[in-house]
Amino acid sequence: MTESSATKLLNGDACHRTLHGKNASKNGYVKNHCLFQQSQKYRRAREKRQNATTNPSLYQKPFVESFEETPLLVAVLTYMGYGILTLFGYLRDFLRHWNIEKCHVAREREQQKDFVPLYQDFENFYTRNLYMRIRDNWNRPICSVPGAKMDVVERVTHNYNWTFEHTGTVVKDVINMGSYNYLGFAENTGACADAAVEVTHAYGAGVGSTRCEMGNLDVHEELELLIARFLGVESSMAFGMGFATNSMNIPALTGKGCLILSDELNHASLVLGARLSGSTIRVFKHNNMQSLEKLLRDAIVHGQPRTHRPWKKILIVVEGIYSMEGSIVRLPEIVALKKRYKAYLYLDEAHSIGALGPQGRGVVNYFGLDPKDVDIMMGTFTKSFGAAGGYIGGRKELIDYLRCHSHSAVYATSMSPPVAQQIITSMKIIMGEDGTSLGADRLRQLSENTNYFRRKLLDMGFIIYGNDDSPVVPLMLYMPAKIGAFGREMLKRNIGTVVVGFPATPIIESRARFCVSAAHTKEMLDTVKICSLVQRYYQLERHLML
Amino acid sequence: METAPAYHLILEGILILWIIRLLFSKTYKLPETYKLTEKEKEDLIEEWQPEPLVPPVSKEHPAITYDVVTGPPSHKIIINGKECVNFASFNFLGLLDNERVKEKALASLKKYGVGTCGPRGFYGTFDVHLELESRLAAFMKTEEAIIYSYGFATIASAIPAYSKRGDIIFVDEAACFSIQKGLQASRSFIKYFKHNDMEDLERLLKEQELEDQKNPRKARVTRKFIVVEGLYMNTSDVCPLPDLVKLKYKYKVRIFLEESLSFGVLGEHGKGVTEHFGVNMDDIDLISANMENAVASIGGFCCGRSFVIDHQRLSGQGYCFSASLPPMLAAAAIEALNIMEEDPDIFTVLRKKCEHVYSALQGIPSLKVVGVSFAPALHLQLERGSGSRVTDLQRLRSVVDYCLDRNVALTVARYLEKEERFLPPPRLQA
Repeated sequence: MTESSATKLLNGDACHRTLHGKNASKNGYVKNHCLFQQSQKYRRAREKRQNATTNPSLYQKPFVESFEETPLLVAVLTYMGYGILTLFGYLRDFLRHWNIEKCHVAREREQQKDFVPLYQDFENFYTRNLYMRIRDNWNRPICSVPGAKMDVVERVTHNYNWTFEHTGTVVKDVINMGSYNYLGFAENTGACADAAVEVTHAYGAGVGSTRCEMGNLDVHEELELLIARFLGVESSMAFGMGFATNSMNIPALTGKGCLILSDELNHASLVLGARLSGSTIRVFKHNNMQSLEKLLRDAIVHGQPRTHRPWKKILIVVEGIYSMEGSIVRLPEIVALKKRYKAYLYLDEAHSIGALGPQGRGVVNYFGLDPKDVDIMMGTFTKSFGAAGGYIGGRKELIDYLRCHSHSAVYATSMSPPVAQQIITSMKIIMGEDGTSLGADRLRQLSENTNYFRRKLLDMGFIIYGNDDSPVVPLMLYMPAKIGAFGREMLKRNIGTVVVGFPATPIIESRARFCVSAAHTKEMLDTVKICSLVQRYYQLERHLML
Repeated sequence: METAPAYHLILEGILILWIIRLLFSKTYKLPETYKLTEKEKEDLIEEWQPEPLVPPVSKEHPAITYDVVTGPPSHKIIINGKECVNFASFNFLGLLDNERVKEKALASLKKYGVGTCGPRGFYGTFDVHLELESRLAAFMKTEEAIIYSYGFATIASAIPAYSKRGDIIFVDEAACFSIQKGLQASRSFIKYFKHNDMEDLERLLKEQELEDQKNPRKARVTRKFIVVEGLYMNTSDVCPLPDLVKLKYKYKVRIFLEESLSFGVLGEHGKGVTEHFGVNMDDIDLISANMENAVASIGGFCCGRSFVIDHQRLSGQGYCFSASLPPMLAAAAIEALNIMEEDPDIFTVLRKKCEHVYSALQGIPSLKVVGVSFAPALHLQLERGSGSRVTDLQRLRSVVDYCLDRNVALTVARYLEKEERFLPPPRLQA
C-alpha cells in the first residue's frame, strides 16, 4: 500500500503467524508468503513450497497466504493409518472372495460372465475398502433451500454404508458450511425468485434447441449485455453448464502447435478442456511465479519439442480462487509476465466472481487491475449467483469467434430461461442497479464473515490453508480416521461440513472445507466453537501434535 | 625371473599413459545440449510473435448473428418479431408450454430456489434428484439411473468413465458430436464402421478377434464397446438393434446406446428404441439420453444395471465435478414423465404427424428428405450439391428465409466444419 506500511512490514513482525507469542519452533514451521519477507529466525532450511514474490510493488495490499507444512509426526502417523487400512482392505477382499463375509458389491450378469471384465479389481480397491467405510459423509440429500441453514434428510445404514435407507425424518436447520453460497442468493423468496417465477410463466422451463438454431432467446441477449457490463469487458457469452464452458471452449481457442501452461491444482474441467484441445500441456507449481517464468522462457527459446518450430500461441490457464486450497492467484505478477512474454491469459473465476473485490467483480477487482489485461475471463454462475451455467467474457473478436466456433453454441442446448433471469436479477442487485444497497451490504458481510471466521479458527489453534481473504477455508485433518469422525460429529451437532480426502487432495493432506457465506450470521459462526469440543476430543490442536 | 622384452614394456607404458589421459580428459558432449547465451535468449524472446488469439471472423459467416426468439419456444414461435410455426425446436411431445409442467416447476422454485450451489457430493443432492432417478429407472425398467445437469455432458462423461487407454470402441460414422467428444476424452482406439452397415461392423469385429487370438493375454484385459444411437441426429434413421445384440453375444462386446432423439418418441410407451424393436432391456449395458428433447427440460440421464451405473457416481467427470441440476428443472422432468406415463396415446399422435409431414415433404423439386418416416426430426438435403459447401449453405439459408417470410420456421443444421470427423453435407433440419 503506502511506503510507511511497507517499512513496517519490513521488520517482519506483522506477518508472523505465531499464536499468542508461542514459539514458532515448537509448531509446524510457519512459512509465510509475505511480500516483504525477511529472514525469519525459525524458518526451516529447505521449504517445500517456496513462493517468494519477485515484485512486491505490484500489489496494493499485503498478500498473505500460508500453507503450513505437515508436521513430521503427523505425516508418519497418517501413512501408518493408510497402511493399516490397506492391510485390512486386503483381508476383507480375501474374506469376500472365499465367501466368509457377505459381499454387497454388485456383480456382472450371468450371461455376460465370460466378457472381458468391465472394471479391474484393483481400480476399485480404494472405493471398496476405504471410501465405502466413510461414504455417509458425502451425497447427503437435502430437502430445502441450500441457504445458511438447510434441512438434511436422515439416512441410516444397516450394512456399513453399502446401502442407505431414508428413515423419513428430516434434520432441520443444519448450519450449512458446505454449499457454495457466497453471497446468499440461494433463496426462494425475494426479488430473484419473483422474477424467476414470472419468466417461468412466460417462457416455460426448457428450451429445446441450440444457441445457433432456435435457442437464442431475448433473455439470453439481455444476460450477455449485462455480464459484459458487470465485468468491464467488451462482450460476453453465456453457456448452460460451467464444466462444459471450460471443456468446450478451450478446444475452440487452442489446437495443435499451441502450448497451454496450467497450474498444478487446476480443476478437472480445465484439465479436460486442455486435453481435448490437442495442445501441449505443461504444468507449473501451484501459484509459483518462478516456475511459470522458467517455463515461459524455455518454451519461447526452445520452441516446440523436437522440431523447435516456434509455438503458435501460449495460453496460461489459472483459477481465481482454488477451491481445495483456498489460495488466490497472484494475478498482478501473472499479468506482468504475460505482457512481457506475449502470452494469453485464461482466468477461471468460478469461485471468485462475486466473492472477491470491493464491488464483487472478482479477482481482477480485488487486485485493482484492468479487466482488459485478462484475455479470456471465464466464470460460473453456480456459486455466487445461485443459478447454474457459465460465461466467457473478453474482446468482441473473441466472443464473435466463439459464437461461431464454440462446441457449446453449435451442439448444446442453451440456458434455461428462469435460470437466466435469476442471474440477471442477482447481478443487478450486486451492481446496485435495483436501487437498494442489498448488494453492497452482502459483499461487506461476506468479507467481514471471512475475516472473522478465519481469525477465530486460527486463534483456536487449527491449521488453516489459504489466503486471508478467501471465503473458502480448508481446515487440515490429515489422518484418514479423522475424516469420517469430523464429518459425522459435526452433523450430530447440526453443522453440515464438507470433508475431502484422497484423490481430490494429496494422500496425507485430507481436510475439512468450510465455505463462508454472506448469509451466515455471527451466531452461526460462533457455533464453530463447537468445533473446539470436537477438536479437543480428536486432538486437532496444534500444540498437541508434537 | 625373466625381464620382459623392451618393446613389451614400452607398449604397456604407452597404454597406461593413454588410459590416464582418457580418464582425465573432458567428456564428449553431444551437440544436442547447446547452450544459448543470455543475450541470444532475450533476442529470441523479443522476436517471438504469437498468432492472434482468435482468427478474425468474416461478417458473412452464417452463425455470427443469431435469430432472436421472444416468447416461449413452443409450437408458435416469434423469431425476429415474426410469428411462425415452429418446425425447428426439438419439442417433440409439445411439453415446453404445458401448464402442468410449468406449475410443478414453479412449486419447486418456491420451495428450493433456483440453483443448487454445489455438486452432488457436497449437499447438492436434493430429494427431487433422487426421486427423478428412481422414476426414470422405473420408467425404463432398469435397476438404476443417474442424472447429469447438461445433455451434452451426459454421454461425453459416460464413455470415458468405462473405456480407458488401450480399450477398443466401435462407433457408427454418423455419431453425434457429443459422442465424438466422449471418445476423444477416453483415449481409446476408435474404429468407425459405415453407417448402419452390420457387415462392415462384423468385418471389424472379426479382424479384432484374429488380433485377440494372436495375443490372448492382452485380449483378456482389453474391453470392447459398441456405441450407437437409437435415432441418429445426423441422418434421422434408426439403428438395427436386434442385429447388434446378436453381434454382442457372438463377439463379447458391450453396447452403449445413446437415445437422445428416440427417448419419448419411439416405442409404444415412449421407452425408446428397445421397446420399438422389442429387445430386452438387460441386453443393453448402458442407455444414455438427454432430457432436452421430448422431456422438455434440461439435463441428461444414463440408466442400466447398478453394476454399470454406480461406477459413474465416482468417475463420471460431468457428475462429480459439476453442480447438480437445478431442482425446478428436475421437477419439470418428473411431471413430463408423469404425463408420458398417463397418456401413451401422445406417442401414436406424434407418429401419425411425423408420417403426415414426411409424405407431404416428398416430391419437393431439388430437395430430398433424409430420414425414416416416423422420425420427428428430418433433414432436407439438396438433390444436387454445387460442390462448394459455402454456396450450398447460402442457398439453404435463402430457402430458410423464404420460409420465414411465409411464417414457417426452419433452420440450417449447423456443424463445426473443422471438428467433425465425417462431415454431413449441408442440409435443413425440420
